[in-house]
Order: sequence, then C-alpha cells, then structure tokens
Amino acid sequence: MIKAVMVMNTQGKTRLAKFYEYLPVEKQQELIRGIFAVLCSRAENVSNFIDAESIFGPDSRLVYKHFATLYFVFVFDSSENELAVLDLIQVFVETLDKCFQNVCELDIVFNYSKVHTILDEMIFGGQVVETSSSEIMKAVEEISKLEAASNAITLIPKSASGWRSR
Amino acid sequence: MEQLRTFGRELAMGSQGGFYQSKEFLDLVKSIGEARSKAEEDRIVVNEIDTLKRRIAEPDIPKRKMKEYIIRLVYIEMLGHDASFGYIHAVKMTHDDSLLVKRTGYLAVTLFLNEEHDLIILIVNTIQKDLKSDNYLVVCAALNAVCKLINEETIPAVLPQVVELLAHPKEAVRKKAIMALHCFYQKSPSSVSHLISNFRKRLCDNDPGVMGATLCPLFDLITRDVNSYKDLVISFVSILKQVTERRLSKAYDYHQMPAPFIQIKLLKILALLGSGDKQASENMYTVVGDVFRKCDFSSNIGNAVLYECICCVSSIYPNPKLLDSAADIISRFLKSDSHNLKYMGIDALGRLIKISPEIAEQHQLAVIDCLEDPDDTLKRKTFELLYKMTKSTNVEVIVDRMIDYMISINDNHYKTEIASRCVELAEQFAPSNQWFIQAMNKVFEHTGDLVNIKVAHNLMRLIAEGFGEDDDNADSKLRSSAVESYLRILGEPKLPSGFLQVICWVLGEYGTADGMFCASDITGKLCDVAEAYSSDDTVKAYAVTALMKIYAFEIAAGREVDMLTECQSLMEELLASHSTDLQQRAYELQGVIGLDAHAVEFIMPSDASCEDIEVDKDLSFLDGYIQEAIEKGAQPYIPESERPGVLNMGNFRNQDHHESSHGLRFEAYELPKPAVQPRIPRALLPSTEIVPVPEPVYPRETYQTPVTPIPSNPSDAGSAELKLRLDGVQKKWGRPTYTPETSTSNSTSQKTVNGAAQVDGPSTVNSTRETYASRKLQVEISHEKQKLAASLFGGSSKPEKRPATGHKVSKASSHMLEKSHVPNSSMEVASEKTAPAQTPPDLLDLGEPTSTSTAPSLDPFKQLEVLLDATQDASAANSATSASRSPDVMALYADTPVGIHNKDEADLLSGMSNMSGATARPQPTKGSSKGPNPKDSLEKDSLVRQMGVKPSSQNPNLFKDLLG
Repeated sequence: MIKAVMVMNTQGKTRLAKFYEYLPVEKQQELIRGIFAVLCSRAENVSNFIDAESIFGPDSRLVYKHFATLYFVFVFDSSENELAVLDLIQVFVETLDKCFQNVCELDIVFNYSKVHTILDEMIFGGQVVETSSSEIMKAVEEISKLEAASNAITLIPKSASGWRSR
Repeated sequence: MEQLRTFGRELAMGSQGGFYQSKEFLDLVKSIGEARSKAEEDRIVVNEIDTLKRRIAEPDIPKRKMKEYIIRLVYIEMLGHDASFGYIHAVKMTHDDSLLVKRTGYLAVTLFLNEEHDLIILIVNTIQKDLKSDNYLVVCAALNAVCKLINEETIPAVLPQVVELLAHPKEAVRKKAIMALHCFYQKSPSSVSHLISNFRKRLCDNDPGVMGATLCPLFDLITRDVNSYKDLVISFVSILKQVTERRLSKAYDYHQMPAPFIQIKLLKILALLGSGDKQASENMYTVVGDVFRKCDFSSNIGNAVLYECICCVSSIYPNPKLLDSAADIISRFLKSDSHNLKYMGIDALGRLIKISPEIAEQHQLAVIDCLEDPDDTLKRKTFELLYKMTKSTNVEVIVDRMIDYMISINDNHYKTEIASRCVELAEQFAPSNQWFIQAMNKVFEHTGDLVNIKVAHNLMRLIAEGFGEDDDNADSKLRSSAVESYLRILGEPKLPSGFLQVICWVLGEYGTADGMFCASDITGKLCDVAEAYSSDDTVKAYAVTALMKIYAFEIAAGREVDMLTECQSLMEELLASHSTDLQQRAYELQGVIGLDAHAVEFIMPSDASCEDIEVDKDLSFLDGYIQEAIEKGAQPYIPESERPGVLNMGNFRNQDHHESSHGLRFEAYELPKPAVQPRIPRALLPSTEIVPVPEPVYPRETYQTPVTPIPSNPSDAGSAELKLRLDGVQKKWGRPTYTPETSTSNSTSQKTVNGAAQVDGPSTVNSTRETYASRKLQVEISHEKQKLAASLFGGSSKPEKRPATGHKVSKASSHMLEKSHVPNSSMEVASEKTAPAQTPPDLLDLGEPTSTSTAPSLDPFKQLEVLLDATQDASAANSATSASRSPDVMALYADTPVGIHNKDEADLLSGMSNMSGATARPQPTKGSSKGPNPKDSLEKDSLVRQMGVKPSSQNPNLFKDLLG
C-alpha cells in the first residue's frame, strides 16, 4: 500500500502532505524534514529511488520525481512496484497539468483542496484506485461542477438571510 | 520570481473563479513563501493562528468564510503547527448541507483526525446519514472519511451501508465501497469475514476501474492465505489475457500500453498464486509469455511491467523459456543508462539467481559498475544482491567491500544493517579463522556498539573453540593471532564497549598461552583499559577477571607473581567500588593471588572455557553428610511449605536473599569465567566432605592446604555461616546459585549456536583455501575490475561443472591449458601451472594442495593429469545433479500446452466456472526435481568424507539449495 504522498519544493517547503497511516503532526514534520535532507543530497542523474527504511521503518520504499521547483514523493511498501509508482507520479502530475493548464507550484499552493480531490480520486485509503488520468479528470470535473451548483444554491439563501439580518 | 508569483496568483484565481481565496489567504501564502528563515515563518504562522482563533470563534460566520478558515487551518497544520483548536469547526462543517462545505469539512477531518480521536463520535452519525445520500459525491466523501476515521468499534455502525453501496449504480461509489471494505478488513478481519466473497464478486464488475480496484484487496487477501484463492487463477489469467489484448477501454491506455497498472497488479497476484505450485503455474506460462512479448521497452511503464514479469517468473514454478526471456530483459536493464532500470535490473537479478545462479556471471561487469556507481540507492541494492550470492569463494571480497562501504557512510540504521550482514556472511563462509577475526575486528572497530552484543559473544566462542575440532595447533595459532591483533588495536583511542569485552576476555584467557607475551605486558594493557574506560563497569569487570586469570595461570605455572603498581592501585579502587560486582571480582582476585599453585590450578585450569560443566542440582553428593548430621542428632529438613507460620521472618529473609542474589546473577551472566568454577564442588567436595554452599568464588581450598594462612579469607566466615544455615534454609541449596546456572546456560547456548553457525556445506569448506590461493595468483595480472569480477563471480556458476561440459572454460583452467602446451621444467612455472588448476575441482581435499606443491619438482605433466582426473571425478559426481534436473525440464514442456487457451476469453465470469475442470490435473510432487536430489548430496558428502575432510554441516543439501 501507499504510505504517504508528499509534494515539497526545492527549498524544503511542504506543498502537500498526505499520510495514509495516522501519524502525529510532529512525526510528520520530522519525516518530511528527513526526506528533504536526503533529496537534497541526491545528485542530478541518479535513480529516483531511495531506501526509506531508515526514515519510515521496515519495508518502505520511496520514489520521487523532480519537476521544475517541486519534488513529488511517494512512500510505499513492497506491494507496489517502484517503476510503476514512478509512472503513478507521472499520472498525478499529468492530471494536475490537465486540471490547471500548465501547472506550477503556486497552483498547488492555492488550490490546496482541489489537489486533494485529485489525489483522493487516485489513491483511496492507501490503495491505488484509479490510474487513468482521463477518468480522474472526469470525476474531478464532475465534482467541481456539482460543487459550484450546490454552492450557487446555498449562496442565495445565505445572502438573503444576510440581507434580512442587516 | 515576484512576477511569477503574481502570475500564479492570477492563474489560481482564474481556475477557481476567485472563490475562496480572500486576500488574506493569498497574503499568508505569499509571506510564508518569502520567509527567509524558519523562525520568520513560525512567527507568521503564530500570528495567523492568533487571528484564526479569534475569527473562528465569532458568531454567524458566513459559510464560505468558514470554509476558507478551515483551509487555512489545514495549511497551517501541514506546516507543522498545532491547529487542534479548529478541529471542532471542521467536524461541524461535515454536517452542512452544501456539498462544497461538506466536502471541505470531510477533507479537513480526514487530515486532522485519526480513528482514536474523541471527536470521531460526533462524525459517525453524519457519515451514516451521508452514506445514504442521493448525491453520489456526498457518498464518496463519506466513504473517504470511513476509510480514515472508522475504527474497530464503529465498523458495525456503517458496515451495512457500505455493503449496500457495493451495488451502487455509480462505479466511483462501488470502487470506494470496495476500498472501504478492504480498510475494515485490515483493521479487523473478523468483522467482515462473512463479506469476503464480495471481493470475488466485484472482480467481475463491468467497469474496469472497479475490477482494477478490487485487485488491491484481493492481493492482500491472497498474501495472507494463498490456498483459498487457487480457484481464481484461471480468472486472473483470463483477465490478464484480455488486458494484453486491449479489450479494456482506451481510457486505461497509458503511454500506448493497455492498462499497465492493472497488468502489474495481476502479475503480482499470479506470482503469489503460482509460487511453488506447478499446476497453477502451468496455467500462467502462456499469458506471461504474451506479456513479455507485447511489452514496450522504450517507455518507463513498459519496463515496470517487464520487471513485474520477471518477479512473477522467478516466483512461480520455473519454466525455462520464461526464464530465458527474463534473463534477456535483465541484461537489457543492466545495460541501460538509466539508473532506475539498473536498479530494477539488480533487483531482478537478485530474484532470478535463486533459480538459475549461472545468470549472474554474464552480468558481472555490469554489477561491478553498479557497485561503483555514485548513486547510493543503486549501491545498496547491489550490496543486497552480493549478499544473496555470497559463497565461500567470494566472501572475502564481498565482506571487504561491505566493510569499506560501511566505514564510508554515516547513516546509523544502514550501518547496523550492513554490519550484521557482514557478520552473518563471515560466520557462514569464513575461509579461515585469521580472516574471520580480522573482519570482525574491522566491523567492531567501525560500527562500535551498533552491532548486537551476541556477535561479540560468538566471536569469543569461536576463538575458544576454533573451527576444526581436532586441530589444536590451528586453534592455538588462531588464538595467538587474535591476541596479537588485539594488543595492537588496544592502542587506538575510543573502542566500543562490546569489542573491549571481547578483547579483555581473549587477553585474559589466551594472552600468555603461547608464551609470546609476558604476563606483565598483558596485565599492563588490561589495567590501561580499565583506567581508560573507567566509566564502563562491564568493561572493567571483564578487565579484572582477565587480570585474575593471567595471575592464576602465572601462579599455576609456578612463576613468581608481582603485581604492577598500576594494577595494585586499580585493585584498591575496585575494592571500594560502588558496584558490588566489581568489588566482588576484586576480592576474588585478591583471594586467588594469595593461594598456592596447586589450589589455583583447580580453580582456574587454563584453557578450560569450553569444558562442559555438570551441575548436580539436587546436591545428592551431600546425602552422606546429611545422614551423618542426622545421626548425630540434627533436625531433619522440613520443606518450607510444611512449616508452621512462625517462620515468617525466615521467609522474609529468604526473599531478601533471593532478591539480592538475583541482582548479582544478572551481572554474572556476562562473565565468561564461571565456566571453570563449578568444577570445584564436583571435584573437591565429595572427597573433603565439606558443606557445599556453592560459592565457589571463595576458595575453600583452605581446608586442603591448611599451610597457607589466610586470616581474612571469607571462606572462614562462610563455613561459620554454613552451620547456622543448616537449620532451615535449604531452599537456598535447592535453588541453583548463580554461578552454576550461568555456566550451564553458557554451555548449552554454545552448543546450539555452534551447530547453527556452521551451515557451510562440505564442498565449500574444503574448496575454499586452494581456490582463494589460486585466484590471488591469477588476478594479479589482470585489470583491476576484471580482478574484482573474477573474485566475485569466479565461483558463482558451479566451477566443477565446467571442465566436463566443455563450454565456458573458466579463466583459470584455460590459463592452465595454455601453459601446459609449453613444456617447461622450471620449478616456477610448474607451480604456477598447478596452482590455478586447482580451481575447478571443488571437491579436492584440503591435504592435496600440499602434495601438489611439492610435486612439480617431479613431473609437472603427471601432476596435471592427476588433477584432471580429479576434475573428472568431481564432475561425474555433479553430472548426476544436472541429469536429474534435465528430464524434469522436458516433462515441464510436455505438460505446458494443455488447456491454457480454453474458451474463457469471452467473459470473466465464464473463466470462473472453468476452473473446476482445470483443477483436476495431477499435482506433481514439489521439490523432487528442484535442485540436486538428496542422494546426490549424500554421495558427495560421503566422497568428501573419504577424502578426509570433516563436513561441518549436517545437511549438505540445505546449503546447496541456498546457494544453488
């Protein structure tokens, strides 16, 4: 299963962190810092895999991919295949790209909840449920559409009551 | 940068319609992004927390404002700050009617809370309600929360709804319901055990997404219990077939591959199901072969599928054709420039060499490249591979490499791991004792106390027992080399405690044994140790005991003992030590020094650490004495339980005794010396008829040798006490005192560990030395890398086979043949000639190398002939092995084509119904054809015995299996 998904920038600022096994906040931060320290020390043209056992405990592997200013990091156990996870990161980024048109770091910062929605469509409770980027897009679009609609509905009574209260 | 930021902001606003990004949020993100230091960032966040705390508590906050606050809270918590004050508001948001707000609420609670949190109780009800919602997005959001927040106790509350959702018209919901069920299974298998069949049902779902998702729980279930899912093999095979034939919707194509992620999951499942099951594996061969053929080598995902194929092939019952394809792919991986592929190649190689060890040889240079690669991950993976392929012929190179790497890294976790691997390999395959000790020294020196203390004990045991059981000469050589190396190492600053214990023990036991070093040298060093590491009581204890032994041996040998001044001052210090253990040891030392040679020899026989100690727990040797005492009118012993309650005080005292001796006993476990002591009661007491309170430490020899007056000797007091105790404290006698018990446990553990550690097969043990020698000769001429390759892989593919089969003549033997064409009678060449020739015959006797080295003076050619003969013999013994394997391979072929293409292509369901017919096939006995059969190895074993080498392993076959 997938243990954690993290996105951090090259300065070590966390942009997204999702742990599929519960960890207290302090522990999460410690792990993120540990991972960032390792990522920094990696040269340019080396493999995308890191032995994560010293950070995450036994049976954990780590795959990362570097896009522009961001590191995408997936931590998982032996039930996944490293190369496949590398492509899963690719799927994730491709989806983000489709969603935000030319995704950049700030998109992820500002659309925090939307990124979470995309991730939730891909990985559910630590298992990869969807690997087709177009399927994910479809689901996400539908969600935003419905959200917008429901929001429109709730906004009217909201503003009306707002009027009344004034 | 600033421009980019504004641009990004606009972009973000645009894509979300500027909905919930207030200026404040943007400013927050921006200021955090621009923070120059962690402190500055913290300050900003603390400010933000203050603001939010105030705002969030205000009444009548509009929903969208509230939503933004929650998002900001999530953001803050992601940065590592405490946002717990807002959790309750997130929980409240899940109750909201608006989808957007509700989803935000669910997102926040899944990120904030865990299943044990107190607020969960407030959410369960909402989840229950939402699972019944008409809006499938609400259901999805609720299911998401179910996975993260429902614990074992609350599962029953939502279980019925989740099960209902398995039949939901929306595939997104079905998928998530399956996953939720899987989560329940992981948290508490018993709660959903009656629902397992649902996973099988969902495998036939019309939607490939749902089917693909179902593979995750099935993989988990199959990992836990393979046998109940064997019937699904046919279904999985047919699904995989359909996937490779591109029957799934185009949406699942990824980089022109049809649903690669589903293929990977399926291959993983097949690997589990086919492992060790010939019949199940036969169903898979065709489809796995198809996957191999159809995969695209150029894309990353194609390689991922190929790698999974290799894993599958190496896990299921072996098929030569598939193994060949796997080997091809591996060489492609290893030749690639991509580090990722190299990594996967090394990993795959590690899997495949378990089945076909000879494959490693063709990749030797690639493996060495990986070993020298700057990429740490790749390097570690390669070490893992080397660890798997270590054998006695290459253990030295591999362990040396490992140690070098171990020294170079700082990561304690990995250091410990690699150190324990070094130790394991060295214990298992060590070619010589000297080498073993040197390797251990290095490991200890550089990893210090990261290594398990057991390793230190093993090392002591090895030095005490030696490898061979008869060869006293070799043992003493080993010991003196150990002593020598330790005396040298002691000069270095800051040695780890565990290592110092070994050093002290060895110096005490064997420091003066060979007469190379005099007692004062050794004792001086030991005093230095005790002084330099004065904070470490254990080391000090070892040092004092070692001192005692040295002095005892000196006295026993009749030499004059004069204590060094530093030693005397150390004694004085320890006699007043706070540690009772140290104090006791110091008194013991004082006591021993005061005795005469005869008595000392009894207490401290030299080199007796391995002697077995018999402990008479019933103290039956006392019967006579008791009888005598009773005859004289003493009270007979009444067991404590039968005594009237008056003796409560005695009980108390007993308990006290118990506790204190318990405390002492703990310390004494680590004392290597007591092995000797319990002999005293056995050897001495029956003759002298003295009451044996087993405190052997205090020498009771005073009775034997009344000439030596020891006024302050504790034994006097001891004997006086004895009479008192006689009345009713026999419990103390019945219970073994610490020393005998220590020693028994010591000796038993020695025995078992001994058996376990010597797993070496007979063939390797004897082949080691001459192959190593020959290799050294041969490698010096070649290029450095080739040298390494040769030393690593030289013996990897059963060298004894080569001369017989004719192909792949090893470097060594070709070298030999070349030479043999040139007639040359000079001694030098002749010896050079014969030395490499010793490589191939693995079964050569240890004694033989000596005969060959003298032979060249006679006739080099004759010598060569003899050697070749031996080779043939050896290969004859081995050809049986290969012969036994090949017919089976044929059988495998014959079996394969039956009924794999059956008519289950149309539907997944029909595949399920087909399996009943398929399972009828006869099940071949597993393992009978795998590897060498026991008869061969027995023959080999007997051959080795004839040649005069003692095989140290009870099960040669086991070893053969392990290393191929």
